Amino acid sequence: MIQVLSGQLLIGLINGSFYALLSLGLAIIFGLLNVVNFAHGAQYMLGAFVAWMGLRYLGVGYWWALLLTPVVVGLLGIVFERLCLRRLYGLDPLYGLLLTFGLALVLEGIFQNAFGISGNSYPVPALLQGGTNLGFMYLPRYRAWVVLVSLAVCFGSWFVIERTRLGAYLRAGTENPVLLQGLGVNVPLMFSLTYGYGVALAAFAGVMAAPIYQVTPLMGSSVIIVVFAVVVIGGMGSILGSILTGLGLGLVEGLTKFLYPPASDVVVFAVMALVLLVRPAGLFGRAR
Amino acid sequence: MSRPVPLATWGYALLVLLGLTAPFFVYPVFAMNVLCLALFASAFNLLLGYTGLLSFGHAAFLGAAAYVTGLAVKGWGLPVEAGILAGTLSAALLGLVFGALAIRRSGIYFAMITLGFAQMVYFLVLQMPWTGGEDGLQGIPRSRLLGLVGLSGNLPMYYFVYALFLAGFWVIYRTIHSPFGQVLRAIRENEPRAISLGYDVDRYKLLAFVISAGLSGMAGAMKALVFQSATLSDVDWHRSGAVILMTLLGGMGTPFGPSVGALLVVGLENYLAGTGSWVTVITGGVFMACVLAFRRGIVGEVVALVKRSF
Repeated sequence: MIQVLSGQLLIGLINGSFYALLSLGLAIIFGLLNVVNFAHGAQYMLGAFVAWMGLRYLGVGYWWALLLTPVVVGLLGIVFERLCLRRLYGLDPLYGLLLTFGLALVLEGIFQNAFGISGNSYPVPALLQGGTNLGFMYLPRYRAWVVLVSLAVCFGSWFVIERTRLGAYLRAGTENPVLLQGLGVNVPLMFSLTYGYGVALAAFAGVMAAPIYQVTPLMGSSVIIVVFAVVVIGGMGSILGSILTGLGLGLVEGLTKFLYPPASDVVVFAVMALVLLVRPAGLFGRAR
Repeated sequence: MSRPVPLATWGYALLVLLGLTAPFFVYPVFAMNVLCLALFASAFNLLLGYTGLLSFGHAAFLGAAAYVTGLAVKGWGLPVEAGILAGTLSAALLGLVFGALAIRRSGIYFAMITLGFAQMVYFLVLQMPWTGGEDGLQGIPRSRLLGLVGLSGNLPMYYFVYALFLAGFWVIYRTIHSPFGQVLRAIRENEPRAISLGYDVDRYKLLAFVISAGLSGMAGAMKALVFQSATLSDVDWHRSGAVILMTLLGGMGTPFGPSVGALLVVGLENYLAGTGSWVTVITGGVFMACVLAFRRGIVGEVVALVKRSF
């Protein structure tokens, strides 16, 4: 009994780590660029696929993939921002959402053509195979690693944004980009780098997810809708808020899987409806 | 805003004529599919084009109504008219619930909320015992209309669908050109100002949402009868994306745009049906091109061209 519960809670915690990483990236991008990056799920999928293709065709192992994939996918994101997204600043933010939705369809379609919709598995790196018996449950080493690293990256990003000079620029740009540019900061470059960083976070999550879930072209679209609900629940105003909401909802999902499995797919959306009733601005959001 | 009245009248006449003769030129099932999705996109346009609300979950209303109609006609043996009515009403009811919650936020949050609710409907449809899960509802009978006219042939079915389409389109057209529609446009242009003028903006938005959901439901009910099935692809979020594309491509905020967009998107999907996932890639590419270079859509560009020339 306790073993099943803690097993489900662990799965919830892992899902929650991915929700946190993804909603953090969304929040950073939205904060500065005022764009909801619908392609976030596709970029997460892209990260997993780049790692998988690297291993299969070039023999690049997990550790190098973890380092290189976010750079590669982040650069692709910057190219996309420079060529396309940049043209929509100043318009209704809905257009940014629609443009990135189009990009998500293109990426999903390309990979579906190339690799079909069946899953490809990615091996757990040798160093992290096996696990530890904690007495009340068995803890696979790789899963513990995922939770720890996600938390480290999330809180590292939070620290950089809230406590460093670079983060101060970012926060100033979120408040008023025109004024910041007037003070001599290269704001367009900052926009590109911020988008690239958000996309790199998604790709990083994708590489981490590859050994846990199957690598499929559709892995992104199913997760992004949940992450959107997480963002609505948490409100995009606060970095820490989106991290905590992501983790919390992962746990709620895990708990639901234990209590009443059929409801686990819809529980996040039910929570979203509840939050809209009680606190429409989101748990950590400022009313606008 | 000055309305190009003669152009609209000509467009109307052309549309009616085209609709009456279409089944003799193209495969009737294709034409019916276009009509269903044109009504769906027109209902969606009432929300996006005229109220400024982007719903990313409209497939929920299309799909839910398709399933309810299927259940009513096949499971309970109700006549066709009652089945369509049941589908339309259930979609409107669903719209009332989702709308009341979603309009508490605006802009991009509204889009994400409706997407989430639609995904919830998707999972419910997938898991409920009477929906046939992955297979969907198959073999929905097309019985007799009012007990008199048999609908099993494609030609009578076409004219039935066409009549319903015209009725639905007329409701949308009247809504747009009523004082109510003017208030919706005022909300789209400047919501704080509409509030300051004393309009209860939330009630207007909610009513627009319910009308849009109900008519989307009617489109779904018709679609279920045309194909004699209700499938998961009707509730899927790709469908919600497709209806946005139809509206955007045809021209949002124009009465005819969504129908033109529906014709093009359904045509494209049919034409590319054999090429696997390239449909997705090309759909996405057209999407990006529309947003980047072509935000007024086809009908919007034509209207702008005519206005400039005369």
